[in-house]
Amino acid sequence: MEKTLRDWRAILIFVGPALLLYTLVLLVPIAWSLGYTFYEGSPIAGFKFVGFTNYLRLTEDPNFLKALWFGTKYALLVSTGQVLFGLLLALLYAFYLKRSSALVRTLVFLPVVLPTVAVAQLFVKIFAIAPQYGLVNSVLQSVGLEHAVQAFLGQGSSAFWIIAAMDIWKSMGFYAILLYTGLVDIPEDTLEAARLDGAQGWSLARFVVLPLLAPITIASLIFSFNGTLKVFDSILALTGGGPGNATTPLTLYMYKTSFTYGEYGYGSTLALTLAIQCLLVTLLIFWRSRNRGAE
Amino acid sequence: MNIPTRIARLSPLVLLSILLSPASAQSNKTIVFLSPQPVTQGYTKTILDLSQAYTKQKPGVKVQYQNADQTQLQQQLERLGAADNLPTLFSAPANTQTVQLAQKGLLVDIEATFKKLGIYNQLNPAAVSINKQLFSGKLIALPLELNIEGFWYNKKLFADNGVKEPKTWNELVTAAEKFKQKGIQPFSASGEQKWPLTRLIGNYAARKYGSDVMQRVAKGQLKLTDAGFVEAATAVADLGKKGYFGLGVNTIDYQTALDTFMQGKAAMLYMGSWALGNFNDPKQNKIGNSNIGFFNFPTVQGGKGTLNDWNMNTGLVVAISQKQNDAALQAWMKSVFSNFGNKAFAEQGLITGFKVTQRAQNVPALTTMVQQKINSAKSPFLFFEALFGPKAFAVSLDNVQPLITGDMSPQDYLRDLQAAQK
Repeated sequence: MEKTLRDWRAILIFVGPALLLYTLVLLVPIAWSLGYTFYEGSPIAGFKFVGFTNYLRLTEDPNFLKALWFGTKYALLVSTGQVLFGLLLALLYAFYLKRSSALVRTLVFLPVVLPTVAVAQLFVKIFAIAPQYGLVNSVLQSVGLEHAVQAFLGQGSSAFWIIAAMDIWKSMGFYAILLYTGLVDIPEDTLEAARLDGAQGWSLARFVVLPLLAPITIASLIFSFNGTLKVFDSILALTGGGPGNATTPLTLYMYKTSFTYGEYGYGSTLALTLAIQCLLVTLLIFWRSRNRGAE
Repeated sequence: MNIPTRIARLSPLVLLSILLSPASAQSNKTIVFLSPQPVTQGYTKTILDLSQAYTKQKPGVKVQYQNADQTQLQQQLERLGAADNLPTLFSAPANTQTVQLAQKGLLVDIEATFKKLGIYNQLNPAAVSINKQLFSGKLIALPLELNIEGFWYNKKLFADNGVKEPKTWNELVTAAEKFKQKGIQPFSASGEQKWPLTRLIGNYAARKYGSDVMQRVAKGQLKLTDAGFVEAATAVADLGKKGYFGLGVNTIDYQTALDTFMQGKAAMLYMGSWALGNFNDPKQNKIGNSNIGFFNFPTVQGGKGTLNDWNMNTGLVVAISQKQNDAALQAWMKSVFSNFGNKAFAEQGLITGFKVTQRAQNVPALTTMVQQKINSAKSPFLFFEALFGPKAFAVSLDNVQPLITGDMSPQDYLRDLQAAQK
């Protein structure tokens, strides 16, 4: 084995094709995109070199800060929601439903496999106000809360909560399964020993189950956080980033800047900030978990 | 001899004749038509109907329809244009993006091609002139519509409530208030499409500064942050603040806005005359064709614009990809666009940028009235975004939603717009 790994030709043959493909489809476009950050224009209008102008523009663009804040706020809320509800569901499967949880697991998992656009259409109808009231507004009206009837998706404040609720609902089944597999792996002996020592309910969860589940919880958080920072399809399908740019995260802002405004250079700069943000978050979570491990 | 055997014996002959026929190789052509209109409506229907007749005679030619989301059209074309993969025929946004595509040599020069094909005289000179204004003086897109815009109103609701056609902005607002008091939604508008709202700002500004207002903005003689624009944006935002557009205006899509008016649930609708196709369809129009009236955007106090200035345009124009401009496409173009004006007018009552040479029978009164208005319009002017770049175009539309709900001030709306217009 060691001999094989020392043989450069063997390495080249085994790793070469994959590395070449990886370079072509990933590294080259990344480098290309980095190059664009020093240019301005579009393939149709033509490009010109602008130096660091795009980076300077980031610092004084209120829409960039707004999109960055929206994306971060959204990622924090939705990741917490997805992992927390996933965890609660996993505990429910493992400790209360036990063997009979298959049906519930399937039902909760179902939204994960549904296309985002279909789920978004469902939510659009639930929160509709015109031409007919959707489910929510109809219920509000029928219980006499006529004054609370509103265009939930037509105003930034409420649209944010609906997008968050939709994404939590859609993905919590996935995290529930992920965490459930972790729970199933906890040896029954350990739990039994803890029970004999008097650990029950919350204290059992707090001191035994959750610490043993920590590695998977952290992995789930990283998955979830990086996924939600890059949110795109659900917002595009639900509000299109509107009204105005009230629900526009960095991804959508980048997309609009490049492909609607025809500013590919500035769009690439926005993409770079998003990549850095994702990297920082991942490093932060790893760093935290490593420190914990050292304690 | 049974039929399959006969076919089997004939088939080598058929094959040979296909192989030997020079026309077959040349007429194999797929024409892709990208349009945001559904196949049952507007110029898309007429083009597809005419194509169907054409492809029956020329089986080698296929016409493929692709639907585009109008709010995403610009992005889609930006991508397709960059990849040099434009559809054969496509609805194009009336802004500088289309000019850029033409400058890159990606679009067919309609004037030259139509002259070569001998069908240039099919075009209505007024439509050509409006279209050229949009695109730096060149005819790079087909004027498949010739539209006039204004307020359509429900005559019965007006009469029942003692409201007359408003001539001034104050009369319009007073009328709206009266309807609202009676529990009738004053205006139906699609905030989801956004442009029906920015049109109001553009018209107000044209009444304030005169019909050449947006040309003056393009030349830098006026700024979008000037007092007249602030007044215009404030006036339109106030309509939203007072609830004159009904509930959830930003979630109302185009068809819902039309339906609300055609079902008698709203008193007025700001819209272009392309909607005649809908108004003339009794299945859609429940209030009756003769119950619809039309008036020009009212004048504003101290403004230079008059009721003789009409907001006119050639609609969502259609450009043609130069890459696909071959003999087969030109033969198709000649056939389809020789009959386009007559067919669109006869079957849908559509007023297009093509001449109508055959008088259709039973033309709806509403269509005749609109045609008269178009013929008598003195100084046509273009819509608000017509001369904006792609960014200002998008910013103007996106931000009108928070403007109308009061989440963005008129000053901020115009500041962002002016910044995007650089």
